Amino acid sequence: MELLKKYPKLFQWLFLLIVFFALCFSIDVPETYKFIRGQAEFIKDPNQSTYTLFGTEVRYYAFDVLWRLPPLLGWLPIWVNDTLFFLLNEWMPMEFWNEATREYKTRPLVLQITRNITAFMTFLIEFIREILLGGVETVVAFTSWDFVSTYRWAKLPGLPWTIVAAGAAILSYKLSGKGLAIFAGLVMIYISVFGQWKPSMQTLSFILVAAPLSFAFGLSLGIWAYKSKRVEKALYPILLTMQTMPQYAVLVPAMVLFGIGDHAAVIITMVVAIPPMILLTLLGLRAVPPEVIEAGKMSGCNNFQLMTKVLVPTARRDILIGVNQVIMVCFSMAVIAAFIGAKGLGWNLLLALNQLNIGLALEAGLCISLIAILLDKMSLAWANKQEDYFGNLTFFQRYKNSLFFAGALLIGIILSYAGSFYFKEGYNYFFEVPHNKGISTADFWNKGVDWIFDTFFVYIKAFNTWLIVEVLQPMRALYLRMPAVATLVLVVGAGYIIGGIRSALVVGGLALFIALSPWWDRALVTTYMATFGVIISCTIGLTVGTLCQQNKYTTKFMLAVCDIFQTFPSFVYLIPVMMLFGVTDTSVLIAVIVYATIPATRYTIEGLRSVPAGLHDAASMSGVTKFQRLINIEFPIAFPHMMLGVNQTIVFALFMVIIGAFIGTEDLGQYILKALSDKAGGGKGLILGICVAFIALIFDNLIRTWVQKRKKHLGID
Amino acid sequence: MTDAVIKCDSVYKIFGANAKKMLQEANGNVDAKTFQKMGCIVGVNNASFEVAKGEMLVVMGLSGSGKSTLLRCISRLTDATDGKIYIEGQDLLSLNNKELIELRRNKMGMVFQSFALLPHKTVLENIAFPLQIKGMETEDSIKKAVDMVKLVGLEGRENYFPRELSGGQQQRVGIARSLAVEPDIWFLDEPFSALDPLIRKEMQDEFLRLQEKLQKTIMFITHDFDEALKLADRIAIMKDGVIEQLDTPAKIVLNPATEYVKKFTEEVPREKVLKIEDVMEKPNNENLGDLKVSKDEIIENVAEKILTQEKSVTVTGEKNKIVGTVQPSKIIHTVFGGRRNNS
Repeated sequence: MELLKKYPKLFQWLFLLIVFFALCFSIDVPETYKFIRGQAEFIKDPNQSTYTLFGTEVRYYAFDVLWRLPPLLGWLPIWVNDTLFFLLNEWMPMEFWNEATREYKTRPLVLQITRNITAFMTFLIEFIREILLGGVETVVAFTSWDFVSTYRWAKLPGLPWTIVAAGAAILSYKLSGKGLAIFAGLVMIYISVFGQWKPSMQTLSFILVAAPLSFAFGLSLGIWAYKSKRVEKALYPILLTMQTMPQYAVLVPAMVLFGIGDHAAVIITMVVAIPPMILLTLLGLRAVPPEVIEAGKMSGCNNFQLMTKVLVPTARRDILIGVNQVIMVCFSMAVIAAFIGAKGLGWNLLLALNQLNIGLALEAGLCISLIAILLDKMSLAWANKQEDYFGNLTFFQRYKNSLFFAGALLIGIILSYAGSFYFKEGYNYFFEVPHNKGISTADFWNKGVDWIFDTFFVYIKAFNTWLIVEVLQPMRALYLRMPAVATLVLVVGAGYIIGGIRSALVVGGLALFIALSPWWDRALVTTYMATFGVIISCTIGLTVGTLCQQNKYTTKFMLAVCDIFQTFPSFVYLIPVMMLFGVTDTSVLIAVIVYATIPATRYTIEGLRSVPAGLHDAASMSGVTKFQRLINIEFPIAFPHMMLGVNQTIVFALFMVIIGAFIGTEDLGQYILKALSDKAGGGKGLILGICVAFIALIFDNLIRTWVQKRKKHLGID
Repeated sequence: MTDAVIKCDSVYKIFGANAKKMLQEANGNVDAKTFQKMGCIVGVNNASFEVAKGEMLVVMGLSGSGKSTLLRCISRLTDATDGKIYIEGQDLLSLNNKELIELRRNKMGMVFQSFALLPHKTVLENIAFPLQIKGMETEDSIKKAVDMVKLVGLEGRENYFPRELSGGQQQRVGIARSLAVEPDIWFLDEPFSALDPLIRKEMQDEFLRLQEKLQKTIMFITHDFDEALKLADRIAIMKDGVIEQLDTPAKIVLNPATEYVKKFTEEVPREKVLKIEDVMEKPNNENLGDLKVSKDEIIENVAEKILTQEKSVTVTGEKNKIVGTVQPSKIIHTVFGGRRNNS
């Protein structure tokens, strides 16, 4: 009894585990059970049961309710699909003026709206693309085809790569200084020399549209949510779900609404990039000290001035992190959006991966990463720029950069003009290095991969087999062996112990949604892969983070490494693992581990760093050794923050598991990928995405609630 | 009084959902404890006072006494629940948003405890900020800001960011910013509380020097009684939203109105606060010595001189007119005896 009073939580957990295992052992695996790829399939099987809801017939394999719940939500994807179809093709037909045929045409409202958005996006992308690469469509949009065919000069030739490179370098110099300028120049030269110019510019044009739009929308919505409690309450759950939803899942519904192509890619990117921007804007605005707001008011700011000159600049740090996130999402979407026909580097990367041409994929991936890092640094420098009031500048000093750019423009044009005489064989290298004429190291890499594979094949294979047979298969079997009821009890119980009745209800609801969806088995597989990844990632992250934190320089170094790794679009991680492990589950898991180790490491370092120096001194004066201090002081204090890292690790791991579907897994991600080529895939894709998001949200809710309580308990906040 | 720059007439500020209704029901008889039971917190309770032009009113109280809330009512950063506030005869609470902004842009300046500088702007930009908000050209505002930098003695740090400055320097920027628009009314909300004692003293002296030069109408908030004594023309002592006593420092020390005020005054060295005029008697011609002292002298400064006299000392007012006398024994009594008498 004494012990029970002293550690009530411990006994609650014990009790929960006992119940859980009792349920597991008492509920037998039904004889007819085998891994269900998807409940509620359309395949007709005499063993299936059916029910009808909302006019939709749902077929499923019935089991004991305790073992697997019937997919009562099986109608949902079908229903979502039908609704989308209805909205797009039948709802609210209206008369719309058609400029091309010069007559009124009847079209459903939603279709017309989506077409208008499509046209707008296409115009923006084409505009930037034609500045960078040349073309006529923008000119045509303002004039007509006749105009262009009459006046040949109206065809935009596009900028020679030399000018874009010089422009990037000069802009970087203006924003930050020599270092960034050299980096920008080198990146551009690399892209050009390696013959990636055209796809890079295509990707860039798509990002130059998506990123500013996402930033603007995210910022405005964030401000709106800050101003109105109601808006915030409405937005918050959507934002949370969106943030944890795998990017694949948005592809399918967007494809249904907007078709395929660059414009759809921009829209999806915005859908994915806006939520973190909103959240970070809101976070930043909330953190503005009340006295600063008062100071603004007392300076006589009206509401608009208060927002633009006081609140937003003061919240700049968080908003900048938002911008950084937007850029990262844009680049990772640049690859994913290639699935629905976005042109550019992502497309090349996917193609190369499909052909198992690792070398080519590596080059494209490197290009994406480099441009991502460059844009990230430039946006950061732009936001931190300082104005000089005292410089009594001469004309030359003031317009130095513009003059340089004008010079570069002139030289670039002359060069490319001269080049057209010099390079006789039809390729003007001073204008653009064609895709297949650049230097390529692909062969080298491919040979290297072949060599590694030949040399180490035996070991890799042995490791692979061992991992799959000895670790992964049993783990998977264990997860699938859990009766649905036991899992639900575990989840709800954990929620109750950690956060009380409220948490239990939220978490239970989320889990129940998945259990009632047709994809419980797949969700279990997703969870098992993520769990495996998270456990290893956290172990590595914790160890590396703790070790690096012992020294100032290694800390800095490690944080910088984390920064760079985070800049890589998630798809890039698949390249090296495919190089080594080929197309297997192991590849996916290793990609997951590498990707998810970043937040684990970062948060460990940050957590340990946040331990107050006074405590260090107090501990040292009590005569503890370094190790004792770590165990007794630093870990307990830093632990809540480290748990937030675990939370991030889970989200990252889930993301990568889903992306891993590209290589071939058996989980939810695979199904999302399949929904892409399914005519009725919109609803499926969305609900699958929501399922993945809910898995993440269950952990998110539990961990966050625990961290909050713990922080309160420790008195740190 | 017509020349009152700030005038408060039974101002109430009560936080809570149905504060207004409860206030009406209470009918002017607000009790903090009963209100708290009903879920309302009384910030300011029936505050009435005036501040004359060029006067410095120091509002003193411990944390939670409502002094900052009172200041925020008068600057209308929060709206008072009830009562009237006049700024130079203008009814503050009846101003619309635009008029309020005009008032703040031209008449008011405020300094904050945590400095409240804009982190993304340099010293100059911070100081020029209110001017730019008003619509002044960037160049002119920077010029003016350079003058302000000189005024608060921050030359050479114009292009520093707030994070690169010490607390005292940051507050100098805050002071310069609040003075940039040349306001008539100057609000200071615990401006020196976040500073080290030495820096605090330096800033207080600096502040007195500035005030001598500028002669603003000032409301100064502090929780430090010594600071209040040092700076104030008049002190208002607050507790639980109520102004317990509002008077000159000398009168508060000599005649504390309530037990609460008395607790503060007990430890105060009288000779440092009281002036000769506070202890002098009516002029009589008996037994006068040769020494003459001004009635405005602080006792501490002249005590030694007076105590060497055997006879009474003549007290002079303006233009050397004799306004009273002081016996040395009275000084001894004030310095050593008064404390025991009061306790």
